[in-house]
Amino acid sequence: MVLLQDLSKSYDKGNVKAVEAVSLEVPQGELFGLIGPDGAGKTTLFRMLTTLLLPDGGRATVNNLDIVKDYKAIRSQVGYMPGKFSLYQDLTVEENLNFFATLFGTTIEENYHLIKDIYQQIEPFKNRRAGKLSGGMKQKLALSCALIHKPTVLFLDEPTTGVDPVSRKEFWEMLKRLKAQGITILVSTPYMDEATLCDRIALMQGGKILAIDTPDAIVQQYPEKLYGVRAAAMQKLLLDLRAYPNTLSCFTFGEYFHLSFKDDHAGAAEDLERYLESKGHERIGIGEVTPTIEDCFIRLLKQ
Amino acid sequence: MRQFLTFIKKEFSHVLRDRKTLLILFGLPVVQIIIFGFALSNEVKNAKIVVVDYAKDDVSRQIMNKIEASRYFELEKRSLAHHEVEAGFKEGQIKLAVVFPANFGADLLHFNRAQLQVIADASDPNLANTLTNYLSTIVMDYQLALNENQAVPLQIGTEVRMLYNPQLKGAHNFVPGVMALVLMLVCVMMTSISIVREKELGTMEILLVSPFKPVLVILSKAVPYLILSLVNVASILLLSVFVLDLPVKGSVLLLFAESTLFIITSLSLGLLISVRAQTQQTAMLISMMGMLLPTLLFSGFMFPIENMPKVLQYISNAVPAKWYYIIVKSIMIKGLSLSAIWKETLILFGITMFFLMVSLKNFKIRLA
Amino acid sequence: MEAVIKTDKLTKRFGDFIATNNITFEVYAGEIFGFLGANGAGKTTAMRMLTGLSTPSSGSATVAGFDVYRETERIKKNIGYMSQKFSLYEDLTVMENIRFFGGIYGLSDKAIKEKSDMLVEQLGLASEKKKLVGALPLGWKQKLSFSVAVLHDPKIVFLDEPTGGVDPLTRRQFWDLIYAATSRGVTVFVTTHYMDEAEYCNRISIMVDGSIKALDTPYNLKREFGVGSMDEVFYKLAREARRSAD
Repeated sequence: MVLLQDLSKSYDKGNVKAVEAVSLEVPQGELFGLIGPDGAGKTTLFRMLTTLLLPDGGRATVNNLDIVKDYKAIRSQVGYMPGKFSLYQDLTVEENLNFFATLFGTTIEENYHLIKDIYQQIEPFKNRRAGKLSGGMKQKLALSCALIHKPTVLFLDEPTTGVDPVSRKEFWEMLKRLKAQGITILVSTPYMDEATLCDRIALMQGGKILAIDTPDAIVQQYPEKLYGVRAAAMQKLLLDLRAYPNTLSCFTFGEYFHLSFKDDHAGAAEDLERYLESKGHERIGIGEVTPTIEDCFIRLLKQ
Repeated sequence: MRQFLTFIKKEFSHVLRDRKTLLILFGLPVVQIIIFGFALSNEVKNAKIVVVDYAKDDVSRQIMNKIEASRYFELEKRSLAHHEVEAGFKEGQIKLAVVFPANFGADLLHFNRAQLQVIADASDPNLANTLTNYLSTIVMDYQLALNENQAVPLQIGTEVRMLYNPQLKGAHNFVPGVMALVLMLVCVMMTSISIVREKELGTMEILLVSPFKPVLVILSKAVPYLILSLVNVASILLLSVFVLDLPVKGSVLLLFAESTLFIITSLSLGLLISVRAQTQQTAMLISMMGMLLPTLLFSGFMFPIENMPKVLQYISNAVPAKWYYIIVKSIMIKGLSLSAIWKETLILFGITMFFLMVSLKNFKIRLA
Repeated sequence: MEAVIKTDKLTKRFGDFIATNNITFEVYAGEIFGFLGANGAGKTTAMRMLTGLSTPSSGSATVAGFDVYRETERIKKNIGYMSQKFSLYEDLTVMENIRFFGGIYGLSDKAIKEKSDMLVEQLGLASEKKKLVGALPLGWKQKLSFSVAVLHDPKIVFLDEPTGGVDPLTRRQFWDLIYAATSRGVTVFVTTHYMDEAEYCNRISIMVDGSIKALDTPYNLKREFGVGSMDEVFYKLAREARRSAD
C-alpha cells in the first residue's frame, strides 16, 4: 500500500518545482499508472517513494513505513526499475540476475516461481551478455532483477519507453500476471494508450496531478461530445475545420481529426458536412467517437 | 558476507572483460617504466669534453685515460690552451672541460694533495651537475686505486660526494616516482570511473534501494582495485629488478605495507571524486588534472622540492604522493627500516585517515 | 510524381550481419513518408545511408538527385536532420542555436536574421529567445529543433523519433509544424514509435529484420491486413521478427 499526502519536491533552490503537493493512495494489489510526458515529475515522485530522494514537504508511506524515517525497511520490501536502468552490459543474463538476487540476500532458486514466466523467455540466452540483448529482452531481464527478492510493492519508471509496440504489449501482459499474485504495482509511462491497461491512473503534468481515477471514469467525465472527421485531403481539412466558426477544438488523432463543437445542437454534424462540401472536400466522414485518455489529457492540458 | 563476495566478483568481471580498463591497469605501469627508464632517463652518455693538460705527467695522463675509457665521456681534444676552452663552450661543441694545473702529479706525490679544475656548460644545469658528478666519481675511483699501495693517503681535490647513487643512475629516482604516479592514477581514476559508471547506467539507484549497506557498496568497489594495485606494485618492482637492474634494498614486506596505505589514500580520493562527478568523462578529467599534476609537481620526483618557493613547499606537504615517494626511496634505495621512516609513515597515515573520513562522510545514501 | 529519394536493392552489411537487406523504395516530393520498424529492424542503418553518414555495402540510392556513394556532401546540403537524442546545444541560447545552425548551412547573416525573427515569432518564443535552450520544456525544444532543421529550406527533412516523450498536445503542435513544412514543398521522412502518428503519414513502410515488409498508404495497409488500426498492422508484421538487436 502506498499513501502520499501533499508530497512536494523542488530543485534549484525552489525554482524548479518537480512535484507539487501530490496526494494519492494506492491500495494493495492495484496496478496504478502515472501517465504524463517527460518532465511531468514522475521520476522524482518514484525516487522519493523508493527513498532515493528526500521530499521538501508533505509525507508518504509505503507499506505503512515512512519514506524518510524507515528508509532501510522500505528498501528491503520494494522492487524498483529506474527509467534509465540498463543492467550491467558486460555481465551475462544469469550473472546479472544472480548478482541482484545476492544483493537482496536471496537466491534465484528461492524465488524462481515469481519470475519463471518472464525469465523463461530469456533463459535460452542466459550466457549472453546483457549488452547483446534486444530492447525487449533487456526489459524482461530488468523486470526479473527487480522481482527476484519478492517485493510487495513494485515501482516501474517508464519501463516501456523506447521499446517497440510488440515488446510493450508483452510487457503489460507480464504486469497483469504479477498483479494477479498480489503485488502492488506503480508504473509510469508517457504512452497514453497504456493508460487503459491500469486499474487506476493519475494524469500528471508539470509536477501536478490533473486527474486521478479509473480510466473509464476519466473518459466518462469528458464534457463535450467528440466527433471523428475525415476526408480525402486531410491537410486541407485541418485548416478548414479550424476556420469553421462552430469549432471548439480540433486536433489530429490517428486517421481522424477529433473535433468538438461550441454549440452541439442536433444537426451540428450535418451543418459541418455541408460546410465541408462547400469547401470542395470529398469522401467526407463524420461520426461520434468515444474519447480516449489522450483526448482527456489534451483537454486538461488546454485548461 | 556472501553479498560482499558476489559484489567483488562482479567488479572483477567488469575489469577483466573490458580490454580498455585492463590496458590502462596493466599497460600503464609498463609504459611508464619504459618511458621514464629509457626515453626520459637523465643518464648522459658520450658527452663531449676537452682536457687542458698543463701538467703532462703520469698522473694526469692516467686520469685522462680513465675519462676516455668511460662511456659517459668522449674526449674531443687534449692539450688545448686555456683560452680556447671558452670558444669551444660558446660553439656548444663541448659540455665540460677538465684542467690539470702544472705540477699536478708532483703536487700529489709531494704534498699528498692536488687540485684539478672542472668547468661545465651550466646553461643546462641538470646536465652540468650530472657531468661534474660523473667526473668526480672517476677521479675518486682513481684516487682509491692509487691509495691501495700508499701508506699516507693521497688526495685529489674534487669535493663532490655522491650518496646512494654513485653513478647517478636515473632509475633510482624514477622508480619510486612511477610507483606513486601509477598507483595514484590507477586507483583514483578506476574507482571514480567505476562508481560514476553505475550512476550513468542507473544501477546505482538499484544498489541504493537494495538492503545492501551503502558503505559496503563503496568497500566492495575498493577491494578489487586494492588487489589490482598491489599486483601493479609487484609488476613495477619486478620490472625494476629484472629490466632496470635496480634491487630492493630494504624489506619488500614493508614496501607493500606502505603501498597499501598509499593505495587506500588514493582510493578514498577516487571515491571523493565520484561523489561529485556525474559522468565518466568528468571523473576522468578531475582524476587526471586533480591528481596527476600535483603528484608530478609536488612529489619531488620530477622537481626538487627544496628548490621551490616556501609557499609551494608548504603545499607539497599536503600531497600524499610526496610522503609515499620519500618512503619508497628510503626502503628501496637506502634500505632503511620502519624506524627510520616512521615519521613519514605517520604523516601519510594521517592524510589517509583524513581523506577516508571525508569521502565516507560525503558518500550519499540517497541521490543528490 | 517526382521521386526525391530512390533506392534500389540498398544493402548494408556489418561482417556476417546484414543490417539492411536489399531495400527498394521511392519517396515522392512533398509527401510525409513514415519509416517504421521495431528496434533493431535496420531503420537507423538505412537512415544513416540516406543521410550520407554511412556508405552502403551494395545497391544504389539517390537522395535529392544525388548519389549516396559519391555525392554525400551535396546530399547533406539538401537535407535537414533532427533526432530525439541530439537536437540543439543546451548551453546556448535559442538565438545562438539558430544562428549557429544557420551559419553551418551557409545562410547569409541577413537571411539568418530574417528567418530567426520569423521562426521565433511563429513558435511563440519571442520572450524566450535569449534563454538557454536547456531551460526550455522538452516540447519547445523539439519544436525549435525541427524549425532549425528546416531553416535552410532543405528538399527533404529526416526526423528520427522526433516526438518521443513529448506530451500529447505538444505532439500535435509538432505535427502542425510538419504539415506547414510540407505545404512549403518540403518532403518529410519520419520514424516514430507512436502508431497514431503513422496515420498522419501519406505513405508508410514497415521494416522487419532488415527488409521492407510493407509499403503503402495507411488506409490500404489496414485493408490489406484486414485490421482497424495501424497498431495491429504493425503488430502482425513485427511479431514475425526473428532477429532482435538494438
